[in-house]
Amino acid sequence: MPSLQSEFIGIRSPNPFWLASAPPTDKEYNVCRAFEAGWGGVVWKTLGLDPHIVNVSGPRYGAVWGADRWLLGMNNIELITDRPLDVNLREIKRVKREFPDRAVVVSLMVPCEEAPWKEILPKVEDTGADGVELNFGCPHGMSERGMGSAVGQVPDYIEMVTGWVKANTKLPVIVKLTPNITDIRYPARAAHAGGADAVSLINTVSSITGVDLDTFSPEPSIDGKGSHGGYCGPAVKPIALNMVAEIARDEETGDLPISGIGGISTWRDAAEFIALGAANVQVCTAAMVYGFRIIGELTSGLEQWMREKGINSIEGFRGRAVANVTDWQYLNLNYVTKAQIDQDLCIKCGRCFAACEDTSHQAIVIGEGRRFEVIDEECVACNLCVNVCPVENCITMRRLEVGETDTRTGVTVDGSSRNWTQHPNNVAACG
Amino acid sequence: MTNSTSTPGVVGGRLPKSEFEKRFSSELRPPLTVQEAAVAADRCYFCHDAPCVTGCPTGIDIPMFIRQISSGMPEAAARTIFDSNILGGSCARVCPTEVLCEQVCVREPSGGGPVEIGRLQRFATDRLMEQPAHPYDRATATGRSIAIVGAGPAGLACAHRLAMKGHEVVILEARRKGGGLNEYGIAPYKVVEDFAAREINWLLGIGGIRLEKDVDPVDAAGLEQLREEFDAVFIGVGLNGVNHFALDGGNLGNVVNAVDFIADIRQSDDLAEIPVGRDVVVIGGGMTAIDAAVQCRLLGGLNVTILYRRSRDEMGASVHEQAIAAALGVNFVTDARLIRILGGGAAESIEYEVTERAGKDRIGSGQIYTLKADLVLSAIGQRLQDAPDRLALKNGRIKVSGNGRTSLSGVWAGGDCVAGGQDITVAAVAQGRDAAEDMHAALSRPAEESGR
Ligand SMILES: Cc1cc2nc3c(=O)[nH]c(=O)nc-3n(C[C@H](O)[C@H](O)[C@H](O)COP(=O)(O)OP(=O)(O)OC[C@H]3O[C@@H](n4cnc5c(N)ncnc54)[C@H](O)[C@@H]3O)c2cc1C
Ligand SMILES: Cc1cc2nc3c(=O)[nH]c(=O)nc-3n(C[C@H](O)[C@H](O)[C@H](O)COP(=O)(O)O)c2cc1C
Ligand code: SF4
Repeated sequence: MPSLQSEFIGIRSPNPFWLASAPPTDKEYNVCRAFEAGWGGVVWKTLGLDPHIVNVSGPRYGAVWGADRWLLGMNNIELITDRPLDVNLREIKRVKREFPDRAVVVSLMVPCEEAPWKEILPKVEDTGADGVELNFGCPHGMSERGMGSAVGQVPDYIEMVTGWVKANTKLPVIVKLTPNITDIRYPARAAHAGGADAVSLINTVSSITGVDLDTFSPEPSIDGKGSHGGYCGPAVKPIALNMVAEIARDEETGDLPISGIGGISTWRDAAEFIALGAANVQVCTAAMVYGFRIIGELTSGLEQWMREKGINSIEGFRGRAVANVTDWQYLNLNYVTKAQIDQDLCIKCGRCFAACEDTSHQAIVIGEGRRFEVIDEECVACNLCVNVCPVENCITMRRLEVGETDTRTGVTVDGSSRNWTQHPNNVAACG
Repeated sequence: MTNSTSTPGVVGGRLPKSEFEKRFSSELRPPLTVQEAAVAADRCYFCHDAPCVTGCPTGIDIPMFIRQISSGMPEAAARTIFDSNILGGSCARVCPTEVLCEQVCVREPSGGGPVEIGRLQRFATDRLMEQPAHPYDRATATGRSIAIVGAGPAGLACAHRLAMKGHEVVILEARRKGGGLNEYGIAPYKVVEDFAAREINWLLGIGGIRLEKDVDPVDAAGLEQLREEFDAVFIGVGLNGVNHFALDGGNLGNVVNAVDFIADIRQSDDLAEIPVGRDVVVIGGGMTAIDAAVQCRLLGGLNVTILYRRSRDEMGASVHEQAIAAALGVNFVTDARLIRILGGGAAESIEYEVTERAGKDRIGSGQIYTLKADLVLSAIGQRLQDAPDRLALKNGRIKVSGNGRTSLSGVWAGGDCVAGGQDITVAAVAQGRDAAEDMHAALSRPAEESGR
């Protein structure tokens, strides 16, 4: 029986699923219910100094939907907690006492000076919380005040503030990163240099979800005006996965523990983050859309998959995909595949034809009776037909075997491997 | 009245009044809500060279209109529909989509049933038709005038297209209302709330069309006169005659043709007054037989049986329509030949013989049974009757070539009255429209080349 037991920078939780710092973790009532439902831990909604901030009283979320209002991505202009500090601290203390086996981490955001950190950290320690997470990621509102992503976008600030925090608390420190940068490795390295015990990512992506074409106001609209918000939910998962992988395979940060966040909605998403190096995961949008009950699917799904794979612990597969993430220049250019269409599964919609004919390589022909076939001589194996085909596994990519000739290039596959650094067309490499 | 479903004989009021209203106001294909339409539209794959378009006799660009619904523009979707089929509203309701566009939808083999094209079409057309303005403008007046005989789907589609091209159109209709079988023939559960009449008003909104109703049926002499007076003539008279039983008892009371029976229901203000038998037998296997049988059940007929000489597979009515009838409790007696109708003044029972296959033919098996029948409805086909004798016919219908050209110069024809058609509304629309295009092309050419 695989165990989902998690230990992240010394913080233990019965499973690796934490609720990310956000409305689901904004108060005792929510957190207790989440724990009762089975969540392994929470990162409490970000605390700041009093007087507490105020939120807009108009809509603070926007969304992007698929058909049937399937929520694909969500955006928010909510700030940090809008309740007094001592109310939150009292609740955290009670919750931790009531649920000693669950992880309770407190997210913090105070001005970029040492004094406020010195002031707030002892108060957090007093609650019995397991650790702190520094919110250097929030891209809206708070960043205008020199906090959140305003810190996260400047590696020097990250290092400096992390250093202050480490100097003023014994609690483990997680630095939460913003994706609104050009290269995630720099902020991660800075956190590492500042002494962070771990990083968590991603926070939300700066975004406008839409424009009302009657009022010409961006959405969500506050009295006819809008401000960029932070994008999250399924749509941002690929961005987050890449950033997690970049940190996991970086020489400087490869050993830095990662808490993976961004678009995690199912056990499968979580497993992918862990395979790319995350030691645990945090969930926000999926819980906000479906409620706390999804934890049942997350844990049972992950457990079943681990059992099927013969994996006994989270550590047993953490980072297993990292070594397979490489630079483009190291991809094997001698690996040749061709699209192939399973005629039994084909429903004859012709989407592959339209896609390949109009925007790819004119490698699909229509035969008698709408029979769609690939012309190997033209197919570059781009995978577009696979992606647009509505029937799963109807079009697949077949690897040419050793001895087979690629009729497009006339080259026979010999089983050897050659990448760009070894390619004759690469003038830099072969001189 | 105290009649019930078990009252013998042919009587009205077998059901409480509220029950009639309930039964006759529910639609076969109810409208989609905005949300349902979004979900239904999302199922469309926007196929390349989409099979559904080929399946539609008017060739509506179906993937395009569904995409327009998806993007929140049902009015634009309706324009796409009406560009090909100005009676897209009717067709959305009455087309046997299960044997047309939806039959070839690629979603069918992939599971979950076809995209609901008919209902999506209704969603779009309803929205545009609700708007006060007619969506089409007329081209500059050509000074040509064209006569159309018959205001059924073929005539109306032809008229609209001609008006759009700038011609002046006069439609001569023998009945009190326009719409043809859309008004008098199609079963009420397909078109409720006087839709056919509303659609005509909307269609006439383009201007340039004068609809003259209740005129004397245009005959051979009338046709000659029209040829004199107008630049061109279109004949869309449908099938104005019905086939009768040529057998014993065919003239008994309560032996009625199904088309008239349905027309009475369509035109009735009080369904309780429509008499229906307790034991009804409908003879035939087409859409009309199904519709008549279904109406009899809805009116409270207790035992309603369709008697058809061939097998279920060979019926003209689609499997879908047969299933509707079966679900309503209509009995099917197939591979059975009506021999005679028995009774005193009025029908009391029928006698039929079980048939057997003999090659392509059917022969009697000698097994003869009787079935109680206080109402016998004949749905054994309609035919063209009193066609002007100068018009060449083929299989009893008007012979046409190309886009509806008849043997008489300057005379076009389309819809059920021409040979080789499908006898469905959408096919009539396609023929009316195509004939209009051909007439326009002919009238636009110098006189010596034109069809006149
Ligand atoms: C009972 C029944 C149910 C049907 N159900 C369906 C269905 O569900 N779906 C479907 O697609 N199709 C259905 N059909 C078929 C469909 O109704 C016809 O194919 C369609 O109406 C044909 O159109 P049309 O314009 O050719 O003829 P019609 O609709 O018959 O119109 C002809 C018009 O010409 C007029 N006319 C006739 N003679 C003259 C004259 N001499 N002078 C002036 N005017 C004249 C008539 O009064 C009539 O208004 C059904 C038919 C019947 C009988
Ligand atoms: C397969 C693919 C290749 C692309 N290649 C380039 C490129 O070479 N140069 C470039 O400027 N943008 C490139 N783009 C980006 C597109 O130009 C465009 O900015 C992007 O796809 C976003 O637009 P869209 O998603 O609305 O189509 C590419 C996009 C795709 C999907
Ligand atoms: S893989 Fe690309 S090039 Fe090959 S058939 Fe598919 S779409 Fe065309």
